[in-house]
Amino acid sequence: MNHQRRDALKAGSGLGVLGLLATVGLIRPEMAHAAWNEQAFGAKSLDAAFEVLGAGKPAVSGDVVLNTPDIAENGAVVPVGVVSNIPGTEYVAIMIEKNPYMLAASFTIPEGTQAEVQTRVKMGQTSDVYALVKADGKFYMAKKEVKVTLGGCGG
Amino acid sequence: MASPMRIRAAAKDGVTEVRVLMSHVMETGQRKDSAGEVIPAHFITELTAKHNDKLVLSAEFGPSVSTNPYLAFKFKGGEKGDKITVSWVDNKGDSRTDEAQIA
Repeated sequence: MNHQRRDALKAGSGLGVLGLLATVGLIRPEMAHAAWNEQAFGAKSLDAAFEVLGAGKPAVSGDVVLNTPDIAENGAVVPVGVVSNIPGTEYVAIMIEKNPYMLAASFTIPEGTQAEVQTRVKMGQTSDVYALVKADGKFYMAKKEVKVTLGGCGG
Repeated sequence: MASPMRIRAAAKDGVTEVRVLMSHVMETGQRKDSAGEVIPAHFITELTAKHNDKLVLSAEFGPSVSTNPYLAFKFKGGEKGDKITVSWVDNKGDSRTDEAQIA
């Protein structure tokens, strides 16, 4: 375990330190790919990610179901499933509020594919996990806290 | 070149469930090696899945997706023996395409 990094994160409230590292050029976002939504994946806060995706302030909906464990023993592999029962769901995104880059994955759901995806994500620490769903041009979300006993983003 | 993906697809009651296990380091760019050097980010950015020639899912991943990513989804239709094709591209421009048949 990299204790220096842990201390640095604690000392600098995370984002501040990362921002500093980025300006000194220690972290280079090598994320240059044509179609990939670099802006959304580079978003460091929930509001910023929502804004880039054009979601504004999505309504919390009971029809969006987020399947995650309540407690994840290993933050490196946290199973996350999203089911949307809203008709016409065309887009699903998974976000982890306290990760350095919030947006974990996004899915475009064509006609005929069910709005039900499952994957596994890394979580640096206990955090709220969000599922953002777009249906008929409107955004909905669900939120759930996942407690992490061993972080998955450290060294 | 990355190892092959493991793709399982099963049709049941008119719905096909596809499960994919990719082999990829999914390096975040946040970690340091033992010498204190930042390990450069290396992760899958885009993924598409096709049923025969029809697109059934496209996805974008960030570095938060776990090492050796797992993905499961369902689509309507699909017959036994139909072809499922999954392709990904990572941030270094590597790519991989694998096929499987619906069981």
